[in-house]
Amino acid sequence: MTLHPILAALKKHKAGVTLITLQIALTLAIVCNAVFIIGQRVDRINRPSGIDENNLFLVTQSWVGAPTGDDEGSIDKLDSMQQADVATLRNLPDVESAIAVNTLPLVNSTWSTGISLKPDQQRSTAQAALYFGTEQMVPTLGLKLVAGRNFTSAEIGHMGFRGHNKPPVIIVTKALGDKLFPKGDALGKTVYIDRNPTTIVGIVERMQVPSVNSWANSWFWNSVLIPTRLDAGFSRYAVRAKPGRLDAAMREAPKALYASNPMRVIETGAKFEDKSVHSFAEIRRYAYRADRGMAVLMGVICLILLCVTGAGIVGLTSFWVGQRRKQIGIRRALGATQVDILRYFQTENLMIAGVGVVLGAILAVGLNLWLMKQFQMDRMSITYVLVGVVVLLVLGQGAVFAPARRASKVSPVEATRSV
Amino acid sequence: MFAYYLDLALRSLKRNKALTGLMILTIGFGVAASMTTWSVFRAVSGDPIPWKSSKLYVPQIDAWGPTVQKNNPDPEKGPPDALTYGDAVGLMRDHRGKLQSAMYMLSPSVVPAKVGEHPFNTMGHAVFSEFFPMVDVPFKYGSGWSAADDESRAQVAVISSKVNRRVFGGGDSVGKTINIDGHDYRVVGVMGEWNPQPRFYDVVNTGGFLSQDEGVLLPFNTTIAADMSNDGNTNCSEAPKETGFVGLQRSSCIWIEYMVQLDSAADAQRFKDYLEGFARQRYPGWAPNVRLRGLMAWLDHEHVVPPDTRISLYVALGLLLVCLVNTAGLLLAKFLRRSSEIGVRRALGASRREIYTQFLIEAGMVGLAGGALGLLLTWLGIVGVGWVLPRDIADLARLDVSLFATTLAVAIVATMLAGLYPTMRAAAVQPAWQLKSN
Repeated sequence: MTLHPILAALKKHKAGVTLITLQIALTLAIVCNAVFIIGQRVDRINRPSGIDENNLFLVTQSWVGAPTGDDEGSIDKLDSMQQADVATLRNLPDVESAIAVNTLPLVNSTWSTGISLKPDQQRSTAQAALYFGTEQMVPTLGLKLVAGRNFTSAEIGHMGFRGHNKPPVIIVTKALGDKLFPKGDALGKTVYIDRNPTTIVGIVERMQVPSVNSWANSWFWNSVLIPTRLDAGFSRYAVRAKPGRLDAAMREAPKALYASNPMRVIETGAKFEDKSVHSFAEIRRYAYRADRGMAVLMGVICLILLCVTGAGIVGLTSFWVGQRRKQIGIRRALGATQVDILRYFQTENLMIAGVGVVLGAILAVGLNLWLMKQFQMDRMSITYVLVGVVVLLVLGQGAVFAPARRASKVSPVEATRSV
Repeated sequence: MFAYYLDLALRSLKRNKALTGLMILTIGFGVAASMTTWSVFRAVSGDPIPWKSSKLYVPQIDAWGPTVQKNNPDPEKGPPDALTYGDAVGLMRDHRGKLQSAMYMLSPSVVPAKVGEHPFNTMGHAVFSEFFPMVDVPFKYGSGWSAADDESRAQVAVISSKVNRRVFGGGDSVGKTINIDGHDYRVVGVMGEWNPQPRFYDVVNTGGFLSQDEGVLLPFNTTIAADMSNDGNTNCSEAPKETGFVGLQRSSCIWIEYMVQLDSAADAQRFKDYLEGFARQRYPGWAPNVRLRGLMAWLDHEHVVPPDTRISLYVALGLLLVCLVNTAGLLLAKFLRRSSEIGVRRALGASRREIYTQFLIEAGMVGLAGGALGLLLTWLGIVGVGWVLPRDIADLARLDVSLFATTLAVAIVATMLAGLYPTMRAAAVQPAWQLKSN
C-alpha cells in the first residue's frame, strides 16, 4: 500500500490533523514529565532509613517547669529525669528496649554540623546530622555495624542542650566515611567537629538524616552517632516493642510516664501534629506525605490526559469514517478488502501519531529543561521519552481500532447510494 | 433569535450524544483539574494581610561577614534570613520604625487550672507590645500589653480563644492567672479567631503554613529573663563560645525574627539608610550588607509557595490546554460535517454573523455543561486534595463563590475559544458549492 492516498486525504483535513497532532505532542510532553516526577518521588519514598522500623515507636515529651539546663546542677537533674524515664519504659511488659535520642530519621528535627579533616579548615569537608545517644543506640535502632565497634558504656557522657559538643569517639555512616576518606579507610581516623578532634571507631551501613527536606538532599546519608546523652527540658524516646505488641506498648508508655511524673506534656490528639506518641510507620507516612500526594496527583493527571487523548482520537476518526463512507464503499467495490480499509485507517493514525510523538519528544525535553531551571529538578532520562513514545503510539492504534473496524465493515453497496 | 439558536444547538448536540458527552467530559475534567490545583495555589500564594502588606518590612543584616558568605552555596541569597539577638535588641532600642517587633518562636507548656488535667503544649511567640497594632491582632477580650510592660518585664500574656477554652472554659478571662512553663502570667487579652496563612510574621520558623494556631504571646524581655528558650531554628556560623541560653544571646547565631511598619516609601528609604549605618557600626570589619524587603517580596524570597504547588498548577494547566485542543478538534469535525446545513441556511439569507452566533452558542452550551460537570469535579477534587496533599496546605483550599464563578467562566470562555476556529471555518462555507454538490 502506498502512502500517497493517505497523504492526499489528510491534506483535506489540515486543521483537524494539526489539532490532533498537537494534542498528541502536548500529551506526550506532559505525561513524560509527570511520570518522571512520579518516579523521583517513588524513589525518595522507598529510600531505606537504615534503621529497623518494625515494632519501633517514638515518644516525644516535655517536662513542665523543668530546670533550664544551663548550669551543671540542672543538667544533672535533667539527666537523671531522662534516665528515670528510660528505665520506666524498659520495665514495661511489652517493651523490648528503649533509649533516649535527640531525633530519628524522617522526624525532621535536625542538628547538623560540618565535619572537617583539619582543625582550622575554612570550609568543612562534609555536612552531617548528629544523633546523640548511648551504646544502646546501635542495637535498639537495629543499625548494621559494618566495620569497627560500638561505643562502650565508659565512653558515654552527657551534656546540656546548648553545651559544647566534644565527643572523644564517633560512629559514622559508610556514606559519610567514604565522603571524608574516599579511599574507604575512615575507620580509626581523626576528624574535627566544631574544631574538636574525635576518632571514628565504627562504621554503620546506612542511616538517613532526620530531614527529608530538599536542603538535606546533598548529604542525605551523612549521619554521625555521638556517645552523649543530650539533656533538655524535652526528650524523645525510641522504644522497640516486643513483636506484635506495638499497639499495647504505645498505649502503656504515656500512662507509665505520667504515673512516674505527672508534670509533663504528652499530647494525645487524633491528628499526627496533635499527638506525641507515634509508631515509626506513622512517622514515615507523615514525612513523605507531600511526595506521595504529588505522585498521586501527577498519576491522576496522566490518566485523565491519556483518556482524553484516546477518546479524542476515537471521536475524530469516527467522524472521518462517517464522512468517507461513500469513498470507502467505492474502494471496496473496486476490490479493496476489509483488511485494506482497516490498514488504511491504522496507517493514517500511525502517521499522525508519528509526527505527534516526534514533536512531543522535543517538547518533553524542553519542558524538562524548563522545570530544571525553574524548580531545580533533575534531568529526565531519555528512557521516559522513549517509553512515552511507545505508549502513545499504542494508545493511538488502540483508539483507532474500533472506528477503523467499523469502516472496514462498510459494504461496497454504499458506493451506489447517494449520501 | 437567541432562543432559536439555543434550540438549534440543543438539537445538534442531541444528534450525536456520544460526541457531545465526550466534549463535556473533556472540558469538565480539564477545568476541574486546573481549578483544584488553582484553589490550592491561590490559598498559599495569597496576601495574608492585604490592607497592610505594603507597609510591612523585614530587615536583614549580614552578621557573619564575607568569609562565611563566600562559603554560601547560594550567593544570591544575601544576608541570613534572621537576626542575632544583639542586632535585634539594638534595632528595638533605636526604635526607628513606626511600629516594630523582634520575636522568636516558643513552644511552652500550659498547666490547666483544673486539678487532675494533664498539661498541654502550645505554640507561641515572644513579641513586643507594638506587635499587636502592627499585624492587627484581633481581640475578643482585653488587649495587648503596653510599652511600659515591655520595659518592666511584666508577667503578662495574651492567649488564643482555644487556650482560653481549654484552661478557663472560655469567657472573659482578662485578669486571671495562667501557668505557662511553670510561671504565672496575668492574662491581659484573649485573641479572637486568628490564624493568618501564611504565618507572615514568622515564615522562617513556620515554613509559612501551620495548622496549629498561635496559642500564647508573651513579652520578649520577660521570656528572655525567664530563660524561655527558642523553639524555632537556630543557625550558627560557628559554635557559641559560651554555653546555655545566655551563650546563645551573646553569640553570632541567628534566631530572632523582626518586622517593622513603615508608612511610606520615603520612610522605608530612611529606614534602609539607617540600617546600613547600623550595620557599619556593628560590623566594622566588612561593608554593610543589609536588605529591607516588603512583606510580599519577603514571602517570595522565602519561597513560601511550595514548588510542588506551582508545578501541579502548571501541569494541570497543561492538561486544560490539551482538553481545549481536543475539544477544538471535535467541534471542527462536528461543525464541518454540517456544511450542507450551513449552505442551506446561508442560501436562505442567514448572514455570516448569524452563523457565527449560532455556532458560538453551541460551543458555549458545551462549555456551560462542561463547567457544571467541572464544578462538581472541582468540589470532589477539593475534598480529595486533603487526602493527597499535606493537611496544612490542603485545608486552605476552599470552594467559595469566587472559585465557583471562575470555574464556570473558565469553562465557558475556554470552550468558546476552542470553538472560535471551527466557527470561523463554518461561517466560511460557500453556500453555492454546498448546494451544488448535493
